[in-house]
Amino acid sequence: MKTIEQTTDEVLDLAATHFKVAREDLQPGDDFYKKLGIDSLQALELLTRLENHFNVELPDYEVQGVSDFQTLASRIQARL
Amino acid sequence: MLDLSKYDSLGAALRDALGQWPEEVCLIEADREREKSRLTYREFGAAAAPIAAALEESGFAAAERAAIIMTNQPRWLISAYAVFYAGGVLVPLDYKLSAAEHLQLLAHSQARILFVEYPLWRAITQAPDFPNHKLRRVLVSEAPPNADLAGAHRWEEFQGSQAPEFRPRKRTDTACIVYSSGTGGHPRGCVLTHDNYLEQCSAVTPVFPFWPGARYLSIIPTNHAIDFMGGFIMPFTGGGTVVHLRTLRPEFIREAFTKYKITYMAVVPLILKNLQRGLRERFSALPPFKKKMLDALIGVNRAFTHGKPRPGLSRKLLKDVHSAFGGGLQALLVGGAFTEPATIEFFHDIGIPIYNGYGCTEACTAITLNDLRPFRPDTVGRPVRGMEIRIAQPDSDGIGEVAVRSKTVMSGYLDDPEMTAETLVDGWLMTGDLGRVNTEGHLQLFGRKKNMIVTAEGKNIYPEDIENKFEGAAVKEFCVFAANYIWPQHSMTGEQLVLVFHLEPGQSLSDALLQDLARRNAQLLNYKRVSGYVAWDQDFPRNAAMKIRRVILAEQIGKKLDRAAMVSL
Repeated sequence: MKTIEQTTDEVLDLAATHFKVAREDLQPGDDFYKKLGIDSLQALELLTRLENHFNVELPDYEVQGVSDFQTLASRIQARL
Repeated sequence: MLDLSKYDSLGAALRDALGQWPEEVCLIEADREREKSRLTYREFGAAAAPIAAALEESGFAAAERAAIIMTNQPRWLISAYAVFYAGGVLVPLDYKLSAAEHLQLLAHSQARILFVEYPLWRAITQAPDFPNHKLRRVLVSEAPPNADLAGAHRWEEFQGSQAPEFRPRKRTDTACIVYSSGTGGHPRGCVLTHDNYLEQCSAVTPVFPFWPGARYLSIIPTNHAIDFMGGFIMPFTGGGTVVHLRTLRPEFIREAFTKYKITYMAVVPLILKNLQRGLRERFSALPPFKKKMLDALIGVNRAFTHGKPRPGLSRKLLKDVHSAFGGGLQALLVGGAFTEPATIEFFHDIGIPIYNGYGCTEACTAITLNDLRPFRPDTVGRPVRGMEIRIAQPDSDGIGEVAVRSKTVMSGYLDDPEMTAETLVDGWLMTGDLGRVNTEGHLQLFGRKKNMIVTAEGKNIYPEDIENKFEGAAVKEFCVFAANYIWPQHSMTGEQLVLVFHLEPGQSLSDALLQDLARRNAQLLNYKRVSGYVAWDQDFPRNAAMKIRRVILAEQIGKKLDRAAMVSL
């Protein structure tokens, strides 16, 4: 079982790779819309990548209102 | 297609539709790869009847209000039909709003019944204002078996014991109260009558006819005027099928096209751009020879479809592209916000007709529609049937405020005579949008006159509504404007919000203050953030009640400073 720190780390790794930003520029508390410069549809794309990576299924409503990596990671962690 | 001129209410028209096509499929519910349910018109009626009965048995009176907060799914339409059957007024709310905003609009609309999905209800029960709600009965769908429903009932178990009584309504009666946007003390609840809806449906159906077998993919939230009309009233009164997809992830949207052979889909510009991006990526991944072939075929298609769409020809020429859209796509409808002509052209060139239009909730949906005869990506088309358009106070270029008169225009904003009087002037709806009608009768839009911005997702943002986030900031006074309201420009893109503040006498602009403002700004949802600030050096003009006179302040700023004075936050 992964710890929340590990999950958060993997979320940040994946976001950095997929949206081509430097990993060291991303912090758990960052707003991913702002930091990655993405819109809500791209956020859903990110979510799909994360689901495939962690092998979980997150309904769209789970990420409604979520805008930082930390909370996103905790939603994923709850389903691992 | 039903002849809607014979009906007095949406409930009566829908009731007849269910009788006309009993064995046709009206709803398909899909979640990712799985199909969850499929209902015929007969089954739809059978699902709604016990709910209408339960409403009536629980004391729901004709003209009482019932709200819905659900994602796009069959229970939305079933609940809505049950409300109309029982003679009620529907209050469709945007499921994407926050729980606090939901409670505010429930209170403003005076809805006494609420249909809601479990996760959304759970959020509402945790909001600070929850104990003050005035709901008499709440029906929660899809709740887990042991869930605490906080006094609500299960939607699935809300069933009356007897056959419901159909309660007729008049055309002039209110059918829906639809919030065009605005919370934070300024809710704008458009009061729309049965006549408004029946007239709008009759006007738009000739352009987008439905028939048994025609399928509409519903992804714009159903509370939105576009989907309520295109994903409920129009397909149902034509015997068509609505496909609900319970995820908005692009890959599943693409899959739904082929799996369900979609005929129409309405999108907001953001989704259209996303589809365009996906196609572009696929095109550029083609080997050079195939790419050349494709470009040549696109050129041929463009030449033959300029005068009018020829879906059959386009499908033959660009078979692979069209099969990715299921092969049966007649049109994509785009509205809700400004669409860049280049995006529309891209789809036109590959033979996917994009009907862009212009409308607003206050006029019940569509005001103009591009009929693509000929293709004109730079306009939003001609007025739909029964719609009169006038350009108020045109300047030397013929550009002025678009005013609209038709049977589809709302009767007013709920409980807000002041805002109603500003918006409905001598029988004309003043849209606040700047436009010009060209010699072919097409409307061209140039920007906005009112203090508002529209996002690419079709969300209207009123600057007043986000001011509370800056409440308590260490300044003497402040307010938020749409930048275009201070500095009008003839542009539909790049709309921004600007925070204007005035410091206390002797106070200087410190880093700490700017950091605080930036922190507050970052707490707003991304599309509600202000782009920059203006430090204003005079007292804000105020009325006797000490309210800021925004019109005058905007004028003063616009005269003294230009747009470049805005500093990014």
